[in-house]
Amino acid sequence: MSEKKFSKQHEWITVEGDIATVGITKHASEMLGDVVFVELPEKGKNVQKEGQAGVVESTKAASDVYTPITGEVTETNQSVVDDPGSVNKDPEGAAWFFKIKIKNKSELDGLMSKVDYDKFTKENPN
Amino acid sequence: MEIQKTALYNYHKSLGAKFVPFAGYEMPVQYSSGIVDEHKTTRRSAGMFDVSHMGQLSIEGNQDLAAELEKIIPVDLKKIKINQSKYSFLTNEEGGICDDLIVTKVEKGFNIILNAACKNNDFKIISSSLKNKFKIVLHKNLSLIALQGPKSSKILEKIISGVSSLKFMNGNKFSYNGENLYITRSGYTGEDGFEISISNKFVEDFAKKLISHDVKPIGLGARDTLRLEAGLCLYGHDINETTSPIEANLKWAISKRRREEGGFVGYKKIKSDLNGSLSRLRVGVKPEGKIIAREGVKIFSGDGKEIGSITSGTFGPSVNRSIAMGYVKLNFSKPGTKIFLEVREKKHEAKISELPFYKKNYVR
Repeated sequence: MSEKKFSKQHEWITVEGDIATVGITKHASEMLGDVVFVELPEKGKNVQKEGQAGVVESTKAASDVYTPITGEVTETNQSVVDDPGSVNKDPEGAAWFFKIKIKNKSELDGLMSKVDYDKFTKENPN
Repeated sequence: MEIQKTALYNYHKSLGAKFVPFAGYEMPVQYSSGIVDEHKTTRRSAGMFDVSHMGQLSIEGNQDLAAELEKIIPVDLKKIKINQSKYSFLTNEEGGICDDLIVTKVEKGFNIILNAACKNNDFKIISSSLKNKFKIVLHKNLSLIALQGPKSSKILEKIISGVSSLKFMNGNKFSYNGENLYITRSGYTGEDGFEISISNKFVEDFAKKLISHDVKPIGLGARDTLRLEAGLCLYGHDINETTSPIEANLKWAISKRRREEGGFVGYKKIKSDLNGSLSRLRVGVKPEGKIIAREGVKIFSGDGKEIGSITSGTFGPSVNRSIAMGYVKLNFSKPGTKIFLEVREKKHEAKISELPFYKKNYVR
């Protein structure tokens, strides 16, 4: 599996072959607070890089989830829908959101490394 | 206007608070353990809320004052006993609610607790109605601490002897380290608890004392989920200048004599609402599944007609489900009625529910 990459909209992505796994970052889950609702895209849906692909809600507010890459949704993680609180426990592991069949791998180039993302969140704490 | 801070601002910071601007004040929305944990702590044990942004108004006067105040506040202020508190509101000419409030009869007159966002306007309304005949003060030197939860009474009794004998919606004068306090047994969480009015100078010392007795600080986030589970209205959302107390299902808060006699601003509309012209009602709403219905979500009937809208909604940690309140047309207001909520362009099934969602017994 590839090194984890990060987007400015606070999603993470890993790649295996031409399939990407996407979730929200630990930083994002901490900013949201207790997650109480997750809505994921439908399987088979085509999503565009930086386009809306889901919703997370905390007790306070609803926030859109974006996809860091263009492609077709091949799988979604029902366990985060059933247990939204799992997003706070393991956001960058077991609580992944969806998998995408990548259309254009070069889109990965614009994403951040862990070091760059940590720097980005420090400079943009909200 | 520059954002204001309560006297406890630095103490909140030291406790790890995350702040948000609220009604012109920089207020703690949560601390490090998060809203759900703070909510459950309050239901299980005891939580401390800084509500010093709220207005604390005092008016000095006797029976003349009660008669004058009755023109704008629809409770029986002639019969209210010394140290007794009542939930009420300021109404406007159209029968809408300018603010909801707690009024307490004290020896010198009345104390009134007002919402932060409304307090300056309320002061103007009350002053102009009383025409400078009485001394009115909106206290800037007082803080207000709410201690809420089943362990509140035991804990506060250790710090201030005698408070545990107060009955719900009753208050009295107490002293803490020689400082005078006014404490009422009240709150807005659906739990037993107290609201302590204390000078800004001593509030940090008092707050530290509570924390040293295993009380946890609670932010506005959990205050909102707690009050919504308890079916209580948030001014500016569930009630406002366009909702009458009858539509808001707050008929109980208008004293019987006042309902019959009137004599207060907006009585015409309230009387006609009482006499059968009521067209909509505030209700509880339980969405099916986990979908959260927030303020502004439209409510539809089974045959697709728009019948109302949601005024607040969240996840209720103690009832462990999505909960909401809103207004629907009267013929859809019966608990159990099937309705549909439009969230992100999709319709979701829900049912009208009894309020409150969460019920506790108060000490009476």
